[in-house]
Amino acid sequence: MIKDIIEKIRALTKKSIIFRSSLIAAWAAILFLPFKDIKTAVMMFLSVLIGLSAIFFVRKSNFYQTFLEEFHPDFPHRFRKPALIALLIAFFVSPFILADYYLDVLIISGIYIILALGLNVIVGFAGLLNLGFAAFYAIGAYTYALLNTKLGLGFWACLPLSALSASFAGLLLAIPALRLRGDYLAIVTLGFGEIVRLTLNNWDSLTNGPNGITGIASPSLMNLSLGRLEYFYYIVFAFVLLTLAIIRRVESSRIGRAWIAIKENEIAASSIGINITKYKLYAFTFGTFWAGIAGTLFASKMQFVSPESFTFIESVFILSMVILGGLGNTYGTVLGAFILALLPEVLRGVQLYRMLILGLGLVLLMIFRPQGLLGGGKSVRIRN
Amino acid sequence: MFVLETNRLTRHFGGIKAIEDVSFKAKDRSIVSIIGPNGAGKTTLFNCFTGITKPTKGSIRFMNKEISGLQPHEIANLGISRTFQNIRLFSEMSVIENVMVGQHTKRKYNLFSAIFHNNNFLIQEQNILQNAFEYLEFIGLQNFADMRADNLPYGSQRRLEIARALATEPDIILLDEPTAGMNPAETEEVMSLIKNIQELGKTIILIEHDMHLVMGISDWIIVLDHGVKIAEGKPEQVRNDPLVIEAYLGKETIN
Ligand SMILES: Nc1ncnc2c1ncn2[C@@H]1O[C@H](COP(=O)(O)OP(=O)(O)OP(=O)(O)O)[C@@H](O)[C@H]1O
Ligand SMILES: [Mg+2]
Repeated sequence: MIKDIIEKIRALTKKSIIFRSSLIAAWAAILFLPFKDIKTAVMMFLSVLIGLSAIFFVRKSNFYQTFLEEFHPDFPHRFRKPALIALLIAFFVSPFILADYYLDVLIISGIYIILALGLNVIVGFAGLLNLGFAAFYAIGAYTYALLNTKLGLGFWACLPLSALSASFAGLLLAIPALRLRGDYLAIVTLGFGEIVRLTLNNWDSLTNGPNGITGIASPSLMNLSLGRLEYFYYIVFAFVLLTLAIIRRVESSRIGRAWIAIKENEIAASSIGINITKYKLYAFTFGTFWAGIAGTLFASKMQFVSPESFTFIESVFILSMVILGGLGNTYGTVLGAFILALLPEVLRGVQLYRMLILGLGLVLLMIFRPQGLLGGGKSVRIRN
Repeated sequence: MFVLETNRLTRHFGGIKAIEDVSFKAKDRSIVSIIGPNGAGKTTLFNCFTGITKPTKGSIRFMNKEISGLQPHEIANLGISRTFQNIRLFSEMSVIENVMVGQHTKRKYNLFSAIFHNNNFLIQEQNILQNAFEYLEFIGLQNFADMRADNLPYGSQRRLEIARALATEPDIILLDEPTAGMNPAETEEVMSLIKNIQELGKTIILIEHDMHLVMGISDWIIVLDHGVKIAEGKPEQVRNDPLVIEAYLGKETIN
């Protein structure tokens, strides 16, 4: 009897996209009920319903496949260059068109893109799970904050120093941690993330504890302050492009190939002469370098840092960006970071539940596209 | 001249004597086959040569240099390369990249060259690509360069592993059952491939179950059984050795 009903529902879900979407939407809405009123739940139901139906229709109509082929490095691409140029122009003229609020959102997404690209080197290329990436972000941010407020060093002088100190911390953690494998490495990096955050939280005399450090300077260029939103936007934009270009180049070099080889098969990689330990250290130091850059940008943007910004959840959030985009896929990582950084803004009304939605989204992703949005093709590590 | 020598090489796994007191020498530019029933210790021997497992006792000398304590990548850099019984390709990479990555230690440039695409980078990368194509032609897979490695048919995957091993420019190449799972035609191809590798001036050590292939191709054969070397010699000597026949056919059939 019950079996029959379940079977019927199954058949119906297979047949009707709307039905399938409304089931999932209802589930998502019910999840919301304990937290918010019925109105939010209905809103949730409707938005998930519309979103999912759209996704399912797109999947059915092969639009997604076409999109993938266009942006995936494996396929010959007719529209990729024009599309990228259009994107570049769009981002370039944004400050003239967009309100400050949107510019602010774009700046934050840019910082997240740099972070996610750095983490992708460690997790996506070398295959080393890192659950404490926010710690390196924090080290970058605090290095700039301290050097600036205590010693009066400027943004441009601090930028390489913060990046190198994040990188050095990465090296110091990696030396002992790389003896461990898989789950253990994840736990050690998680622990490291907490240690860094707790240290920042408790070392009152240096870091001012939970109150954080205020009065951090914005970047300037020859006495011209670049603190204005539009200027800062261009700085972040330039750093995103620089990060992307450098990581693409390293990825398609012998170094990137060695990382992928290690991720895929350590024994085979060592049998062709790759020094596994050395290249894992390399991945850690290179990946965390970008966290240092992102941290400096973040500190000078906010002009304030506190340990609250660098929690475990933040690490998970960055990792989710990499996974969403497709582990090991550079363009995918950019896309994933962009989407997830925008998400809280899009879901302003339900901001408190962004983690819930993130979780829901990731569950759906794992069901429908476990390799991530752009992942799963063959890698291309040939210069092109 | 001997390129590889072991002296009383022993490897135990707990109570299992995977190899026990094995001594042999491999002549430069020869094809040496290691045969023996399942579990005889053949793969373990290869793992010792390449540093994947450390011997319990005994020595391994490559060109008169002791290598038994070295790391796998150090041994590979000295000039010993191998394929695996259970294929270990980099499946996410394309066919050509699998060969390109094989030249990791032979064509070098550093991080800064990679970032700035300087001259050294351009020259080395050009060489890497060109050599990789040549190795692919050598094994006959040049038309599949762009394919994901794990989409290749099984036999081609085994040959790709050989190309990757060759790309490290080794003096000795160790082949662990290179024809496993192949049909007679493919086996024939691999046989002539091995001959061609020998002509490149390399020493080949081969683990192989196909007796026809082994007898036809080997300069020297070593027979292992339960970790112990029970015979060695030229193919015709080994073929008629009563101990070998016994190991292969079992005591009952002999009596
Ligand atoms: N890592 C290991 N741990 C424990 N025992 C092992 C290990 N590797 C090999 N052995 C044991 O050592 C013995 C020899 O194994 P090995 O793989 O060298 O045999 P082989 O001659 O290659 O056999 P086959 O023809 O089946 O490939 C076997 O009894 C095997 O179970
Ligand atoms: Mg074996």
